[in-house]
Parts: sequence; C-alpha cells; structure tokens
Amino acid sequence: MSGILAILEQREGKLHGMSLEALAAAQQLAAELSQPVYAVVMGKNIQVLAATTATHKLTKVHELEHDLLGEYTADGYTIALKQLIALHHPSFVLFPHTYQVRDFAPGLAASFGHVLVSDVIGHRIENGVLVLVRQLFQGKMNSDVRFAGDAPWFASIQAGAFRAENALKGEAPAPVEVMTPTIEPTQIRTKPLERFRESQPAVDLGAAERIVSVGRGIREAENIALVEQLAKAMGAELAASRPICDNGWLPMERQVGSSGQTVAPKLYVAVGISGAIQHLVGMKGSKTIVAINKDPEAPIFEVADYGIVGDLFQIVPAIIEALKK
Amino acid sequence: MKIVVAIKQVPARNSLLKVDESAKWIDDTDLSWEINEPDAYALEAGLQLREAAAGEVVVLCAGPDRATQTIREALAKGADRAIHIETDETAADPLALAHAMANALEAEKPDIVLTGLQSDDLGYGQTGVILAEVMGYAHATLVMRIEIIADGIRVKRELEDGWFQHVEMPLPAVLTIQSGAAKLRYATLMGIKKAKSKEIRSIAAGSPAAAPSVLLERIYLPQKSKRSQIFEGTPQETAAQLVEKLRFEARVI
Repeated sequence: MSGILAILEQREGKLHGMSLEALAAAQQLAAELSQPVYAVVMGKNIQVLAATTATHKLTKVHELEHDLLGEYTADGYTIALKQLIALHHPSFVLFPHTYQVRDFAPGLAASFGHVLVSDVIGHRIENGVLVLVRQLFQGKMNSDVRFAGDAPWFASIQAGAFRAENALKGEAPAPVEVMTPTIEPTQIRTKPLERFRESQPAVDLGAAERIVSVGRGIREAENIALVEQLAKAMGAELAASRPICDNGWLPMERQVGSSGQTVAPKLYVAVGISGAIQHLVGMKGSKTIVAINKDPEAPIFEVADYGIVGDLFQIVPAIIEALKK
Repeated sequence: MKIVVAIKQVPARNSLLKVDESAKWIDDTDLSWEINEPDAYALEAGLQLREAAAGEVVVLCAGPDRATQTIREALAKGADRAIHIETDETAADPLALAHAMANALEAEKPDIVLTGLQSDDLGYGQTGVILAEVMGYAHATLVMRIEIIADGIRVKRELEDGWFQHVEMPLPAVLTIQSGAAKLRYATLMGIKKAKSKEIRSIAAGSPAAAPSVLLERIYLPQKSKRSQIFEGTPQETAAQLVEKLRFEARVI
C-alpha cells in the first residue's frame, strides 16, 4: 500500500497547535506525490476529535482508541502506532516536531530500522523523489536529506514550516476507522504523574507590541541592565533566549523560543542572540525583526529585516542615544 | 550504580563553518572542538547522581582521535573511566551511532545511560531515544532532575509552555538531559592531574549493522528568507540609520 500518514497530537480532546501544520504538510506532499492522505488521532474517548478531524480533506481518519492511550507514554504510543503502520504500510509517516514526538517517534522509526528525519523545514520533489531540508549546526547550515531503503519513512515537521490555515477542508466528511490496538498494562514501563507548572507567568510576552530580547552575547548578568535600558527607550518588554534564563539572569517567564513563549510583536530586537532554531521558532512571526550580533554568519540575520554586525556593547548605547534625538 | 554518560565532540560554538569540497560535510581542518553543550549537562547530571547514589561514571564517546581530548576533559571533571568508539564517520546517522553505542555497552550493563537532548552539529535529537529502543531500556527525554526511589527512579521532565511532569520508571533506563538544568562544574587542577591516569578503552566502531536509511546529500549555507538591510559604519552611524528606519520605514517606534 502507499499513502501519507499524519500523526496528530492531542491533549484532552484538543489538537496541539502544530498538528494541523503536520496535516497541511501531509496534504501537500500527498498532492505532489499523487498519494492518498490519512490522519491519525489517538487517545481515550476521542470520537469527537476524530469527527472534527474528518472535516479535513482526507482519504480516511484512523482513530486509535485505548484506555492505556489516555495519558501519553512512549511505550503506549509506540506499540499502538507500530500496529497501525504494520497493518496499513504507509509510505510516509509525518509528525509535528513537538516535545512529545521527540520523546517517542525516534524509537518508533528505529523499530522499523529507520531514522526519523527530524525538524524538517522544507521539501521538494526531484524526479519523483522526496528531498527534505533540515538544519545543522544550530541553524548555521542547511542539509538536503533523502530516504533510502524501504518504506515506511518517518519525518517530523518544524513549527511554522507549513501553515495550519493551509490545511484543506473536505467537501464531505472523511470516513473514520476506529482501531483498538492490543496493549497490555505490563508493556507500559513508565508511570506519568500529574503535570504541573512552577509559577504562573506574570508577564504575557504574547501581548507585547515591542520586545527587546537578549542572548549569550551579553556575557555577564550585570550587562543585562544595558539591554533593559534599550527596552525602556523603545517602550518594549524585555525578553531573552534560553541560556540567559537557564543562568538565572532573567526569570524563565521571559524566555522566547520552543521551550518558552511564542511571540509575534510589531518589533522584535534580538541583541547578542545567534538565532538557534529553538529561538527562531518562538519569534520569527514578528513583523519587524532587528538583529545585533558580532557574527555576520549568525542565523538570526536570516530572519532579520534590519541588521547591525558589530559589538553590542558599543551599538546598544549608540541606539539608546539615537532614540533620544 | 553504574552510570554511563554518552558525549559527543562538536565544533566550538563560535566556529565559522565552511562547507568542504564534497559538499557533504564541513571543512574541519582549522576548527577547535569542545564537548557538545547538552552532553556537558548530561555529564553534570551523572556526576551528581554518583554523589547521591554512589557507583561509577563511565564516559562513552564515538569519534576520531581528536575526541580523546574531550574525553580527557570529562575525566578531569570527575568521570571514572571512558570508552572511546573509534570512528572517522563524523556525520553518522543516530541509528548507526546508537547501534555502535549499544555494542560498546553490551558487556557494561549500565543501570542508567545519560546523554544530552541533542547534538549541536547534526541536531537530530534522537540518539538517546534510539539507544533505549535498541537496548530495550525504558527512557525519558528532557529530564531536569533525577531521584532514586524504591523500585527505580522518578524524573522531572520538561513539557512545552512551562509545564513539567514527574515520571516514574524502572531501571535500567536511558535519560536525555535538558540543558541548563544544573550549574556545570569546572575541572580542578587535581582533577586534570588524575585524568591522565584514568582508563580510556578504545574499541573499533565496526561496520554498521544495516545500510543507512537516510542519505545526507548535500550541506550548504542557508539562503536568507528575508532581504535584510545591514547597516554599515561606526556604532553611531549604524544606530542612527536603524532608528531612522524603525521610525519612518517600519513605523514601529
């Protein structure tokens, strides 16, 4: 058989924001490769979600129902998907590149003797063969990757690489096929406990019109004050990349990126941030992006509208001065 | 408790990278090298676990000759001994790497294998999870803290959007450690001295068990997705140009 299987992520019956991006990717690839496209939802009592998913333009929706899929475990998800894939032999299995997918999809692919091509940012078809683009060296290089061996092949799609609003609706609901995988409680080795937050975020960076964000280039905690002055002068909220928050120089709630907040302000000024992909996914939707960095090859310049290459300790004070004029 | 920490040697973070003649990998002639930063956090977690639970920390590293320098640094920080899987295949895919690592660990029978959440070079973010699959171990990713409990371990995992979760699991297990979860220690002078006499057992990588399932065709510098305006001049000149553009072109301040 053939076909493209999009594995959608859900929690409490609601799709993860990136699920529809994976679905849009699957639809697009299916159209380009002339293959049928399927969506998979999995969990416990997810009939309603399966029905809403079926409003999309799909050949079929596979609903994997099991009590042991109620709470995510890598073992439960891997066992269930192995059975589905063995039954239907898709050519491609696509995932959104979420934290949860990173936890189980590599092992699932390995159980088929394959490598998950993770964090895909783009694709093209060359002579009928799919070529995937992914980043290397923290975004400093791109690579073209091809699958070898026999299907099924596995890939995960980076946030923002495909747009959720491009997920096409169908003219009539797609059929839903319910499958109850065979999972024994003893096969689940991990025991997930309650999910929790350490503190309620006090700043809502998502609502900020302007954000000045600071990264590793600032070198010392004491130097943050300089960037704070810039934020003040621009009427902006202060934010940071992960290493700054890891060091405790700014609270975690001010972190922008895949493990922090996703923002899309009118103005985003990145000071001393190289622009590793984990940061870019959190801010590349900003309307105007300014990058200040000493490394002209820093990936942050790829998404910047305006850039200054140089020493931030000279440039930032000069901008603060210029703003007074 | 036997703790294995899998580390990788990667180009130093501030390296200027060039594509080599094959266009399949970087030109690595004039680079300086360091431990993959996420793996440095895995090493720290391993050393802290040994302090809490006793036992030994064994460093596992696949790479060419130059990797021994990074291995020595890990020994200087306090690891007890090391296994060096000798290979010149620097762009090996994570499945091939996990198989080589599983072979190297067959006789070791570790209780816990720790590694960083991803490598700064290939960035697949998978080696730990695949290793668990290949070795038949339980696993957890993005681990911030490890506690020993009666019948195994309890780990704190990072989820998305500021959420966390505790997960309990039996041993043996593979854990990938989230960066920044602990403060990294420095090697002491005594540590550096002691590292010189610690064992590094070298083993050959052997030939891969199967043909690769992904082919890295070509690497290249990314094309800019936007047309950026880069301002040139003194700090004062560039600052003035930027502020002018933000006020009158982008109209965002």
